[in-house]
Amino acid sequence: MTPRFSPGVRLHHDKARDRWVVMAPERMFVPDETALEVLRLVDGARDVDGIIDALAAKFDAPRDVIATDVRAMLDDLVARGAVVT
Amino acid sequence: MNAPLALLAELTHRCPLRCLYCSNPVELTRASAELTTAEWARVFDEAAALGCLQVHLSGGEPTARRDIVAITAAAHEAGLYTNMITAGVLLDAALMARLKEAGLDHVQLSVQDSDPQGAERIGGMKGAQPRKEAAARMVRDAGLPLTLNAVVHRQNLHNLPRLIDLALAWGAGRLEVAHVQYYGWALANRDALLPTRDQLDDATRIVDAARLAHRGRLVIDYVVPDYHASRPKACMGGWGSRFLAVSPAGRVLPCHAAESISGMEFPSVRDTSLRDAWENSAAFNRFRGTDWMPAPCRGCDHAERDWGGCRCQAFALTGDAAATDPACGLSPHHGLLAAALSEATTTEFRYREFR
Repeated sequence: MTPRFSPGVRLHHDKARDRWVVMAPERMFVPDETALEVLRLVDGARDVDGIIDALAAKFDAPRDVIATDVRAMLDDLVARGAVVT
Repeated sequence: MNAPLALLAELTHRCPLRCLYCSNPVELTRASAELTTAEWARVFDEAAALGCLQVHLSGGEPTARRDIVAITAAAHEAGLYTNMITAGVLLDAALMARLKEAGLDHVQLSVQDSDPQGAERIGGMKGAQPRKEAAARMVRDAGLPLTLNAVVHRQNLHNLPRLIDLALAWGAGRLEVAHVQYYGWALANRDALLPTRDQLDDATRIVDAARLAHRGRLVIDYVVPDYHASRPKACMGGWGSRFLAVSPAGRVLPCHAAESISGMEFPSVRDTSLRDAWENSAAFNRFRGTDWMPAPCRGCDHAERDWGGCRCQAFALTGDAAATDPACGLSPHHGLLAAALSEATTTEFRYREFR
């Protein structure tokens, strides 16, 4: 399973407020820190396991804990229409 | 003071459709008074500098402007995420390609009914539906995301399941099911449009079921009508809080219907900057925050959640723009909504037109 952004969805740096925003058709939302870490690794090439590996290494955390968080986060992003898998 | 997140650019009031619920003002602006390409480019630059992230290119019909490609390019170059809100009937593949090339990010296409005859009657344009279907295909072929916008009311709610099917068949990733909001032409035609309570409850059930059935494939946004509500909507997220609109003639507005409030003076982009209009104009500060609120809003637990509801609706129904929105059960005027519902029995209406 390789997640990628839905058409018209992208991460955008909001200069005026110095934060990252998910821009989508007529919508935007501010991802929390966990979502932002995941979204930064969504590039259409890296699969879910690859994202989990990268975050487990980055945060030096148990892989199963990271895996649960990442899968829940991606499920939520799919429901919002921001990501397709 | 917050900075605005989104700009509604009402490029023109010209439109080949004549929808009976059009959200444009009853007094439409003529082409000769419209802002120029260069003026819109300046508006987009100023909006981005002020903190806007998205622009909605709307109208009227935005593609009725011959400079729509240059306008789209200017919005994109200003760094704004660029949405086009269109009826689709003037689109052709060449224009679609040029809009994509100019940096357009997304298209919202309106549909008046699932049934072509119903759509012609509501939109007042013959042959509109096949052109809309073709427009949906052009948007998809250009690789742009498509939202279908279905405004729903008493005369088309029986077709809601088929409108959802249409969104799937036309390849939309998102569907807005928006109950009519009663301003402008919709208020004039209210008796022909207001849904019954049963229709509203059915619609809500249908939307909830479709959201589940099409999860991950079709996102459905749902806007409810406030005539059956007991709490008002947080209109625009609060007056002068997150949103601004610029009218075809360049008036800077806290919402697209604000000019319906008589006695208010709105700044023009021809005389002032967007920042000055947003931060310093009397119009934007008039209903900002909570200090302006009278009872029962003043001190209410909901004051910073719903911001007293909608100023335009308060004015339209009570004659006082500072009154609590009658959609609120605490408003002394709340009974006006039930009265309007009981009177809504006609099928007669007036099409939108220039006067």
